[in-house]
Amino acid sequence: MSIGYERRDIDLEFLYYFGDVFSPVSFGLLLLGTIGGLLLGATPGLSPTMAVALLIPFTFHLQPVQGLILLGAAYTSTVAGGAVSAILLKIPGAPANIATTLDGHTMAKQGKGARALQLSFLASAVGGVIGVLLLIFLTPVLSQWALAFGPSHLFWLAILGVTVIGSLDSASVVKGLLSGCIGLWLATIGFDDIMGAQRFIFHPALGGGINIIAALIGLFAIPQVLTMFAKGRTSSAAEVIEVEKHSIKDAIRELVRRPRALTIGTVTGSFIGLIPGVGGQIAGLVAYDQTKKFSPEREKFGKGHSEGVIAAEAANNAMVGPSLVPLLTLSIPGSPTAAVLLGGLLIHGIFPGTDLFDNHPDVAWTFINSMLIGQVLMCIFGLYVAGLAARIAQVPQSVMAAVVLGLAVFGSYSVQSSMGDVYVMVTLGVIMYFLERFGFSAAPLVLGLILGPIAEANFIQGSMIAGATDGLGAYFLTGTLNIVLIAVVIASILYSVWMELRTRRYISKEEIMG
Amino acid sequence: MKNLLTAATLALTTLAGGAALAEDYPERPVMMMVSYGAGGATDFQARIVTMTAGNEDALGMPVAIINKPGAGGRVGWNWFATQADADGYTLAAYNVPHFIAQSIKGGVEYSTDSFEPIANWGADPAVFVVAADSPMNSMDDVVTFAKDNPGKLTFSGAGLFVGHHIAALQLEKAAGVKMAYIPTKGGGAAAMKAVIAGDVMGGVNNLSDAFRAQEAGNVKILGVFDLERNDFLPDVPTLKEQGYDIDNASVNFRGIMVPKGTPPEVIETLAATVPEMFNNDRVAKKMAAGGSPMHIMDREEVQAMWAAREETLKALLAGL
Repeated sequence: MSIGYERRDIDLEFLYYFGDVFSPVSFGLLLLGTIGGLLLGATPGLSPTMAVALLIPFTFHLQPVQGLILLGAAYTSTVAGGAVSAILLKIPGAPANIATTLDGHTMAKQGKGARALQLSFLASAVGGVIGVLLLIFLTPVLSQWALAFGPSHLFWLAILGVTVIGSLDSASVVKGLLSGCIGLWLATIGFDDIMGAQRFIFHPALGGGINIIAALIGLFAIPQVLTMFAKGRTSSAAEVIEVEKHSIKDAIRELVRRPRALTIGTVTGSFIGLIPGVGGQIAGLVAYDQTKKFSPEREKFGKGHSEGVIAAEAANNAMVGPSLVPLLTLSIPGSPTAAVLLGGLLIHGIFPGTDLFDNHPDVAWTFINSMLIGQVLMCIFGLYVAGLAARIAQVPQSVMAAVVLGLAVFGSYSVQSSMGDVYVMVTLGVIMYFLERFGFSAAPLVLGLILGPIAEANFIQGSMIAGATDGLGAYFLTGTLNIVLIAVVIASILYSVWMELRTRRYISKEEIMG
Repeated sequence: MKNLLTAATLALTTLAGGAALAEDYPERPVMMMVSYGAGGATDFQARIVTMTAGNEDALGMPVAIINKPGAGGRVGWNWFATQADADGYTLAAYNVPHFIAQSIKGGVEYSTDSFEPIANWGADPAVFVVAADSPMNSMDDVVTFAKDNPGKLTFSGAGLFVGHHIAALQLEKAAGVKMAYIPTKGGGAAAMKAVIAGDVMGGVNNLSDAFRAQEAGNVKILGVFDLERNDFLPDVPTLKEQGYDIDNASVNFRGIMVPKGTPPEVIETLAATVPEMFNNDRVAKKMAAGGSPMHIMDREEVQAMWAAREETLKALLAGL
C-alpha cells in the first residue's frame, strides 16, 4: 500500500489561517451557509448531499476559498439541521438522522421537543468539533485506516449493521429482523449497479430502484399523517401537548451528566464515518445501538430517553470531519457529499491531495477552519431555533397532518424531479402504516434498505477478486481485520439473543407472579 | 379591415409556422437532463458548458440542469427516450459508449435511433493505472503477468458496459490474454480507491482522475486507450504505441442530444449555436481548471462517431 501523502509533523499551521475566516466576506458567507444549511437540512428530502450540490453553481462566481467556506458551512449545518425534522416531524432529513427519530420524536410528543433539539445541537457541536480536530491532527493515521477497508471488510461491516437491526426500536427481535428482511428485499429492486441485471422492475419508474430518501420520507412520515387524520376523526378536541420551558443552561447540565452517550457517539461516529462508502449512512444508528447496549438504563431507549438523541447526533456530526479525510489527502471521495465537494474544488482548479496542502494551504486550512467555526455558529443558531420550533407541538393535529403531507410530497419529488418517487413514497408509507399496527417498525426496514446494496456490492466484488486469487474462504475469513469484524458480529448476535431470553424470562416470571 | 388583417396575419403565421418556431426558439429557459447524480463528472461538466447559454450569442436563454440518476444512466435515458417532449425545450447529456453499449446489451427502451445528436463537448479517454509501488512499469509488464497467470490479474473499473469495461475487453482481445475485470459500484472513484488501497492489482480509470492521482503520487499511469497521446499526459504512450491494436472506442464522449421527433428547424438552430456556445473562453478555462479535456464536435461529426461506435461495440460485445 502506498500513500503519497505525507504531512509535516503535527503542526499548528491551521491557526495561522484562522484570521481568514473572519474577513467580512468570508464570515458573511459562513453565516449564510450555516443558516441556509440549517433551513435546507430541516426540509425533508433535502439531504446534505443535495444541499451542497445545489450550492455549487453559486460558487462559480466566488473565490475558491470563499466558495469552500460556503460549502463547508452548509455541509456541517445540513447534517445537524436534519435533526429538526427528525425530532419535530419524525421525518429523518437524511439516513444520518434516522436514529435521532427514535428517542427525539418521542421526547417531542412528551412536550420535551425543545429539550431534544437543544441536546441534539449541543451534542452535534461537541461531536462535530472533535471530528474536525481529528481531521486536523490525525489525518495521516486516519487515511491509512480509511484505506485498510477492502471489499471483504466492508461486507462484514454491513453484516454487523444487519445484526443491529434485531435490537433496534422494536419490541421483538423477530419482528425487527422481519422488517430488516423486507428492507433488504426492497433494496434489490431495479437495475443492479454492477451487473446491470434487472430485478423486480414491474414499472419503468422502478428501474433506478427505490430511492432511499423517498423511502425514508414515506416510511416515517406517512404512517404519522394517517394516524393524525384517524385521530382527528375520532376525537373532537385537538390533542394539546403541554410544552415545557427549558433553559439552555439545564440542557448543558444534562449533556454533561451523560458523558457516556456523548463519548460513544463521538468515537463511533468519527471512526465509522471515516470508512469510505459506508460510514455516513450508518454512523448514527451504530452509535445509538452501542450506547443502548452499554447503558444501565437501556429499557428507557425508544421511550424518549435523552441519551438516544445525544449519541445519534454526536455521531452524525462527528462523522463530518473524518469523512473528508480520504478526499483531502487521497482525492478519493468517501461519501456522496464528499464527491459533490470534489466537484466544487475541481471547478476552481484545486486538486485535493498533496497539492492541496502544499500549494494551496490557505484554501485547505480556511475550509477546515470554517467547518470548525461553522459547528459553533450552527449550535448557536440551532439553540435559537429550538426555542421557536418546539411550539410546533401546539399546532392542531389536522393542520400538522396537512403540513407534513405537503412536505413529504415536496421532499420526495425534489430528490430527482420525479413523480415516480412520490408514488413510491406514498405506497411504502401506506404499507408501513399497516405494518406498524402489527408491531413492525420503520427503522430496521430502512436499515435493511441501506445495508443491502453495500453488503451485496462488496460481496460480489470480493468474490470476483477471491475467484481470481486465493479463493472465497481465504479472502473473506482470514486476515486480522476480517477476524476482528467477524468476532464483533458474533458478539453482537449473541448479545441480542441473550437480551431476548432474559427479557422473556423476566416477563414470564412477572406473569406467574401476577 | 381589422378582420382582414387578422385573417392575413393568421394565414401568414400558419404558412410560416415552422420557420417562425425556429426563429423564436428558444422563447423560454431550456431544461437539460443529466442521467448521473449532481456533482459527478458529467453533471459538473454539463453545468460548465451551459453556463453561458443565456448570452445573446449563444441560445439567449438559460439552461437548467435536472438530474435523473440511476442504474448507470439507464433511468435517465429511458425517461428521455419515452417521456421527454420533443419540442427543443428538453435536452439531455449523452455519454458514449455507455448508452450505446447498454442499448446493445438490451433491457432498455432506447438506442441510437431514439435520439438526435446536437454537439459534443468533451472526451475523457480511459487509462490503465497501477499503484505507485507496483512492480509493473509498462503495459508489456501487465500483459506478461497476465500471460503467466491467466485470469489472475485483478483490475478495477467503474461497472459493466461503460467505457472502462470496453477498454478492458479491448485489452484482453488485443493482447490475447484472460484477466479478471472487477466492476465497482460507485463510479471511477471507487475503482481508483481499490487500486490505491491494493484491493486489486491495477485498474482502468478516467484520464482526468488518474492524472490527479498520479500528481498526488498514488498511482502510475501505464497507457492511454486513445488514438493519440493526451495533452495532460504527454509522456504516457497510447496502447497502440505499445503494440496493442486498440482504438478510441472506450473514450468517454460527452455532448448534448434531443429526442427523435424534435422539429428539424429547432435541431438546425441548436446544431448551429451549441458548438459556438462550447467554444467560449470562460468555458475552456473552467474545464481546463477541472482537468476535463474538451473536444468539440458538430452534429455531423457526432452522427458519424455514434454510427462508428455502434459497429465496434456490437462486434466487441457479441457473445457476452
